[in-house]
Amino acid sequence: MSVNTIEKPPLAQFVEQLAEKKPEQAEKLVIFAWSGELDKIWPTLILATTGAAMGKETTVFFTFWGLFPLVKNQVRITGENWMQKMLSTMNRGGDQHLKLSKMNFAGAGPAMMNHLAKEHHVASPHELMEAAKEMGVHLIPCQMTMDLLGLKREDLIDGLEDPAGATKALADAQGAITLFI
Amino acid sequence: MSITIATTLDLKGLSCPMPIIKTAKAMKALAPGDLLEAFATDPGSVPDFMAWARATGNPLVESTQDGAVFHFILKKKEI
Repeated sequence: MSVNTIEKPPLAQFVEQLAEKKPEQAEKLVIFAWSGELDKIWPTLILATTGAAMGKETTVFFTFWGLFPLVKNQVRITGENWMQKMLSTMNRGGDQHLKLSKMNFAGAGPAMMNHLAKEHHVASPHELMEAAKEMGVHLIPCQMTMDLLGLKREDLIDGLEDPAGATKALADAQGAITLFI
Repeated sequence: MSITIATTLDLKGLSCPMPIIKTAKAMKALAPGDLLEAFATDPGSVPDFMAWARATGNPLVESTQDGAVFHFILKKKEI
């Protein structure tokens, strides 16, 4: 026995579905932290901690230049071969050694920026990184770029989750607010 | 019924995002229906508290200003 169903025209069906749809709020925030500069990492961490404060499941994926702020402040040279070592010599890691993307002036820019931040009681990237860990923000380094740039797990700060790849990043980003900074 | 404030936060002098981060942390420790009061001086905290209340469902019962100090009362939502 066959059942006859009256098919609605697709457009009417679509409009009906739209009308039923409630305005939903993304429960997740995923930030791809690709840049290593002070003025990029700072907003990244401000948004990550705020997302967690808003009750969102928050993840930051650190890749390429974004990995260097995760290097321990006391670790100076990273890498296995001369190219990776040279990279770390010219691009020092650590959240207390970040450069500005403009007006760096050989370090005078960041020094002034940090001074201003202290004066205005703005939390530093280092403090925000600690707050993010405390609030349960998932901080995930990208495995491939770690290998490429010669960064080992022991070069990076504690409190990070296991390094992962693009599939994990995109799977987490499903249905989330996504930002690429 | 009298209004009792369960927690008072002094957020004066702090800038974005710390007032909200400290508030979110303190709200976690409260029981449903409890009131939290906060004092802040960052003018950006006014829209931020409104947005946080709307996004998390914890009602902002009061938002007033006395000179340079902003005063907020949030109510922990019922589950």
